[in-house]
Formats: sequence, C-alpha cells, structure tokens
Amino acid sequence: MVATSDTYTPAARRFSLPKVRARHVVMVAYLLFMLVPIYWLAKMSFQTNREILGGFTLWPQNPTLDNYRVILTDRSWYIGYINSITYVVMNTVLSLAVALPAAYAFSRYRFLGDKHLFFWLLTNRMAPPAVFALPFFQLYSSVGLFDTHIAVALAHTLFNVPLAVWILEGFMRGVPKEIDETAYIDGYSFPRFFIKIFMPLIASGIGVAAFFCFMFSWVELLLSRTLTAVNAQPIASIMTRTVSASGLDWGVLCAAGVLTIVPGALVIYFVRNYIAKGFALGRV
Amino acid sequence: MDKVQNNKAWFLVLPVLVLVAFSAVIPLMTVVNYSVQDTFGNNVFFWEGLGWFKEVLTSDRVHAAFGRQLAFSGIILAIQIPLGIAIAVCMPKRGFWASVCLVLMALPLLIPWNVVGTIWQIMGRTDIGLVGYTLDQFGITWNYARNPVHAWIMVVLMDVWHWTSLVALLAYAGLQSIPQAYYQAAKIDQASRWKVFRYIELPKMQGVLLIAILLRFMDSFMIYTEPFVVTGGGPGSATSFLSIDLVKMALGQFDLGPAAAFSIMYFLVILLVSWVFYTVMTNLDKAEGR
Repeated sequence: MVATSDTYTPAARRFSLPKVRARHVVMVAYLLFMLVPIYWLAKMSFQTNREILGGFTLWPQNPTLDNYRVILTDRSWYIGYINSITYVVMNTVLSLAVALPAAYAFSRYRFLGDKHLFFWLLTNRMAPPAVFALPFFQLYSSVGLFDTHIAVALAHTLFNVPLAVWILEGFMRGVPKEIDETAYIDGYSFPRFFIKIFMPLIASGIGVAAFFCFMFSWVELLLSRTLTAVNAQPIASIMTRTVSASGLDWGVLCAAGVLTIVPGALVIYFVRNYIAKGFALGRV
Repeated sequence: MDKVQNNKAWFLVLPVLVLVAFSAVIPLMTVVNYSVQDTFGNNVFFWEGLGWFKEVLTSDRVHAAFGRQLAFSGIILAIQIPLGIAIAVCMPKRGFWASVCLVLMALPLLIPWNVVGTIWQIMGRTDIGLVGYTLDQFGITWNYARNPVHAWIMVVLMDVWHWTSLVALLAYAGLQSIPQAYYQAAKIDQASRWKVFRYIELPKMQGVLLIAILLRFMDSFMIYTEPFVVTGGGPGSATSFLSIDLVKMALGQFDLGPAAAFSIMYFLVILLVSWVFYTVMTNLDKAEGR
C-alpha cells in the first residue's frame, strides 16, 4: 500500500503548482536571514563611500569596482592577504604533518597514557586564546620570533594540531585494520605503507582536516593580532585597525571583508557534507 | 575496533607532543608563574602566594564578567539549539536543494570572525545598516553603541546568525542517520508528525545534540573577536565577556598577576567542560560499537 501511493503521488502532482508547506517557508526565511547580511556587505563593497553615507539604498546605484582596485593596488591592504595566506598555509602543512602519524597511533594502538594524551589534546582545542595571548607574546618576543609568520603559524598549532588529530583519527578508525596487516605481510615498511596505501585511503579525511586547519587559522584574530606588528600583519588585523582610525572608508572595508570570504566560499561546495563532522572533531 | 598494545606508538605521537608542549605547556607555565608572584618592574619578582587568586575570586569586576558570560552562553544556547533543530527538520533530505541549503547555511561559519563583527556593526547602524535603519523607520531610537540592551540584542543576534547553522548541520547529520524503516513503521502506526519527532527523531539526535550543546557552550564561553569588533565590550563594560575582560586586564593594563590568576581559573572551567565533552564522545563511540 505504502509503496504504491509513494510511486503515484509525484506523478500526479507534476502538473500542479508546488504545494507551499510550512517547512519551506521556515527554510526560505532562514536562508534569507543567512544571506541578507552577506548581501549587505557585498552591496556596500560596490559603492563609493560618498554614496554609502549619502543616503540609504537597497542596492548600489552606480556600481563601481574602485574599492577592490584600492585593495589590490595599495600595498598596505593586499600585503595583509599575503601575510595571512603565508602563515595559514605554513600552519596547515605543519599541523597535518605532525597530526597524521599521531592520529594513526591513536586509531591503531593502545599505549601508555594514550587516553590522557588524547584528552589533553582536546583541552587545547577548547582553550580560550585570550588565556594564551599574553604568554605567547612574551614567549615569541623572547625567542626573537615576534612579528614573523612563523610565530603565528606556531601559535595556531595550539588548536589546529588537536583538531587535525581528532578529525584524522575519526576517519582512520573507519579503515579496517586488515589492510595494515596485509600490507605488512606483503613486506611493506611502515613509511612506504603509510604513504602508498594508507594515505590514499583516507584522502578525503586529509582534505577535510586541511580545510578545517586552514579555516580556523584564517578566521582567528586575537592571537594573530597580538603576535604581529608590521611585517606579518594579517588582513583581519588591518581591518580592525582601520575601524578604529578616523575617516573610515566603509566601501573599502566591505570590499576587504568580501575578499576574506572568497577562500571559504570557493571550497565550500566540496566539503558541504563534512562540515558538521569537522566542527564536531570527526565524531558525527 | 580492538587495538593492539604497543608502546612504540609513542614515537608516532612524539612530534605532536613536542609541538603542543611548546605551544601550550610553556605558555601555561608562564601563566602559573605570574599568578603566584608580584613585581615592581625591572623583572624583579617575589613570592605572592595565593594573594592574586583571593583578589580575583572576590573581585566584583570578575564576578560581573563571569555573570555576563554565563548569561550570554545561556541565551544563545536557548535560542540556537531549538532553532537549529527546527531548521534541520525543515531541511530537504536529499537532492539538489539539500546541497543548496547546506552550502548557503555553512557560509556564515566560514567567514572570518572579525568580518562577522564588521557585518553586524554595519547592519546595526541607523544611517547605513539595514537592521538599524528599519528600526529607526519604525520610530525606535536605536543606538547599540550607547544603550546596553541594544548592544546585547546586537551581539546575540550576531551570534545566532553566525552559529545556528552549526547546530542545524549537526542535527541534520543526526537525522540523516535514521533508517527509513523507522519512518515507515511510524506511518503504519499512523503517528502524528509531532510524535515522529518526539519519539523517533529527538532520541536519535540525542548524541549529536549533546555535542552541539557542548561545542556551542565552549565556543561562546571564549568568544572574543565578534563582540570586540561590534561593541568593543561596551557601552561601559556591558558586553565585556570573560575573554574581552581578560585581554583588557592582561594586554591593556598589564596587570600580570591578577590576569594570570584569572586565566588559570578560566582554564579550569574549560578543563571541566572538556572532560564532560570527552566522556560524552567516548560513550557515544562505545554505544556505536566502535
């Protein structure tokens, strides 16, 4: 009975208007709530500052790319993106490089203190950056790394290494152990097995972990701002600094904001099914 | 999966241990060091004992910040969890529109936190922002830079915008894992939509919802950037949550002793919640038989 009615209803409804249901209304309203603020940012990025302050408009009257031109040609702006990308990439590579073997160890072996260590990693992911801001500042100043990309990249490993270990462990435990054993019997050494056989098997996991390391390092402000002054200043810090300065150019600020959304927006489609998993540390 | 006992696995963990020790243990030891010492400058320190802890524990300022923090975390959990569940239930289950919803909903999660702040700072202004302007047109004198209630509404609204999707996506992942047979059984029993939700979907979502609550609690408990950009912790100190207050104390006034004692107590709270989180995670793993 159930099966027959299921087969026939869509066919019968095909030529009628789609039924408006409460859940569609809720969904559309929620998506509008999500998108309108982003639209507003994008809208203002296409306006001149005079037009923005001149009167309230729902869309740009004379769309212009001047704000983007300012950012892409003025070194004090675009250097921020270069700095951010530099330390974010360094951090992502470093985090993954150390997290891969560790995650393998956690997913395959029991060893002395493994649970304590795994828990301790979690506490670092959960630790408030505000607690670490001052000691980091002093630590990196004393070793002469203040205002370098390395300092920020190392500081962000505080939460990104635990994140990568937890996510990768979540993916690795899904790979049956028989594969490891077969490979060892076939005479593979551990490094060769790990790179040739194991890493391709968890390629999607590595991708997801890389994406989340990239993202969390990209969106962080407090530590990257505390640890940099001029040479390694990230875009986020440059944006907040212009806010506090007088004579603020809203159009340029919005254009800078839109450009920071681009990296996430570009890859979001590929990771859409893993977003919950990544935020929940590979446990959903 | 039954794991093999092998202490050589330590060699695989060693790089992580060294790196995290450098970026977590050394700074924490500095904090502990400061929390029990006092200085008159010139790097001359002397033993202070638990004086700073007593001072922080009895400080009105810290109490107020802690109260505001709990209120904020409570409010956003009370809004985001039910709203997130509702959105997850309303989302299309599969196909093209499911992908569209996933992508659009995830967008706010991936925006740098300071840009989130900028967006809402603009939205709330009465001259150039949509929310502020609309309220102004309705004759409400809206000023989130002066009025503490307005500042709170802005910060809460911003957080709801920023993070509700995470709850929804987690709940959605929980819903996706419910076998179709459950729904068919409910249909045969002619269960109402509410009963399907109450007795099938909600129990099945329990695990992910627990994760969602803990994650949202932890992240809201250390929120810094977004309110810092929107309100700067003001007006007065109306939206100075724990992290903002701590940074003011440590990097603004350079009160090393109290700031360090504050940090340690802050960290202990986090440690406690992390432990709950860890227990929940491992129990979930056991329940799934992994």
